[in-house]
Amino acid sequence: MSVRTVTVRVNGVVRTEDAWDHTTLAEHLRTGLRLTGTHVGCGTGDCGACVVLLDGEPVCSCLVLAVQADGREISTVEGVAGGGDLTRAQRALIEEHGLQCGFCTPGLVVRMAHAAGRGGSEADVLAGHLCRCTGYDGIRAALRKLSGGSGGDR
Amino acid sequence: MTAVAFDYTAPTTVDEALRTLHSPGLTVTPLAGGQSLLPLLTRREVRPDLVVDLNGIPGLAGIEVSPHRVRIGAMTRLRDLEQHAELATALPVLASAAASVAHPHIRGRSTLGGSLCHAAPAAELPAVAVALGADVVLRSVRGARSVPAARFATGAGATVRAPDEVLTEVVFPRADGLAYEFSELGTRGSTGYPVVGVCLGLHVADGLVRAARVVVAGCGPVPVRLPGVEAELADRPVAGPHRGLVASVAAEVARGPGPEDQEYRTEAAGVLLLRALTARAAREGR
Ligand SMILES: Cc1cc2nc3c(=O)[nH]c(=O)nc-3n(C[C@H](O)[C@H](O)[C@H](O)COP(=O)(O)OP(=O)(O)OC[C@H]3O[C@@H](n4cnc5c(N)ncnc54)[C@H](O)[C@@H]3O)c2cc1C
Ligand code: FES
Ligand code: FES
Repeated sequence: MSVRTVTVRVNGVVRTEDAWDHTTLAEHLRTGLRLTGTHVGCGTGDCGACVVLLDGEPVCSCLVLAVQADGREISTVEGVAGGGDLTRAQRALIEEHGLQCGFCTPGLVVRMAHAAGRGGSEADVLAGHLCRCTGYDGIRAALRKLSGGSGGDR
Repeated sequence: MTAVAFDYTAPTTVDEALRTLHSPGLTVTPLAGGQSLLPLLTRREVRPDLVVDLNGIPGLAGIEVSPHRVRIGAMTRLRDLEQHAELATALPVLASAAASVAHPHIRGRSTLGGSLCHAAPAAELPAVAVALGADVVLRSVRGARSVPAARFATGAGATVRAPDEVLTEVVFPRADGLAYEFSELGTRGSTGYPVVGVCLGLHVADGLVRAARVVVAGCGPVPVRLPGVEAELADRPVAGPHRGLVASVAAEVARGPGPEDQEYRTEAAGVLLLRALTARAAREGR
């Protein structure tokens, strides 16, 4: 059980912080880096609340070790709008009532930002994201709104 | 959730990984995609002293298609199996079975070697490896050995792999003349393990089954080949009638140990087999 220094570029900012060997990336983001937008629902890969982009690819941050992210690039829900207002996905979720308690929302927003412009199916985007509140109707309406919308990926 | 405490090391060569794994007195566990190991660590079902990350070792991932076989490195991600153009032509069943596993962000990290070593009873890829007659290559400080996939898993989550062995690659023979497909029955779309899966290989000529290979997963602790059912299918019209086939599947599977709901599972496996035969007959225009 040892501690090591982990340096990541998260949402464009280089952050260096200690982590235990057994700390997950999700815990490191939340506790080590105080980026609490990333949620942990299950810790076992089932719910998708913790999804972040690791070198541009969606991963469950609960299933990656913090040390494995050393030297790599991470995008979390805090960064998807790129310092701007809200992403198109976030606005669509609000307008279509795609969230209630909001626990599942960060992972979904990251996933939707990644899917934007890539033409994945609705089922593909939703796969691995569990929502206890909405029954998915509002989320699917938001996805339809996005795919019907013109241009841009935000 | 916080994982059980362990030390972590990330070797950069296979030899270094093998030396580290061979640490008598310590529990040392390889880490591949981590999509099964991390849940086990956070649920504290495994408590290694040291985790050896294989992700930093170049050369453990890759797909090499040649005329008589396909070699796939243990650290090849399931997403790469799904998306590899040459593999889609050489062994399309591997691509389609990989695409049935979990959801996209799990497939982006899960590996072929991890899937075989984790040996979940209903898992797709171990069943396909058994059906295709693959060989699993294991290395340790003692040397290398090759084990047929059919003898690799010994129980649910158990394999013949020694704790200090690394699965380095899986070798799939090609051109046995059979066309394979995998079908599964799941509880909830594609996001978890199936209840049962069936891998069916067929050589059909003039509407008749000339050769068949049938492997079922999820009906017992390990995927099993059903030579009795294969013999029953031989020389029969692919379009059927297949009367009694579901019962034959059940009878042959029931000879081994199985879960409490084995009766339901074997029936479901039989139905999947029937469906696969019907679909194949339709494609043959019968
Ligand atoms: C939500 C969810 C849904 C899933 N659904 C499915 C599904 O539908 N079907 C399915 O088959 N799987 C499913 N899985 C499992 C997933 O595909 C696993 O991750 C995979 O089976 C194991 O691969 P891995 O690379 O992640 O291995 P890891 O989790 O890293 O390792 C698994 C085990 O194998 C050992 N190991 C791994 N690689 C090697 C190697 N090269 N040499 C020696 N030992 C090794 C490890 O020590 C560990 O004990 C699911 C997982 C999750 C989280
Ligand atoms: S917390 Fe990672 S998938 Fe649920
Ligand atoms: S809004 Fe509550 S879990 Fe999705």
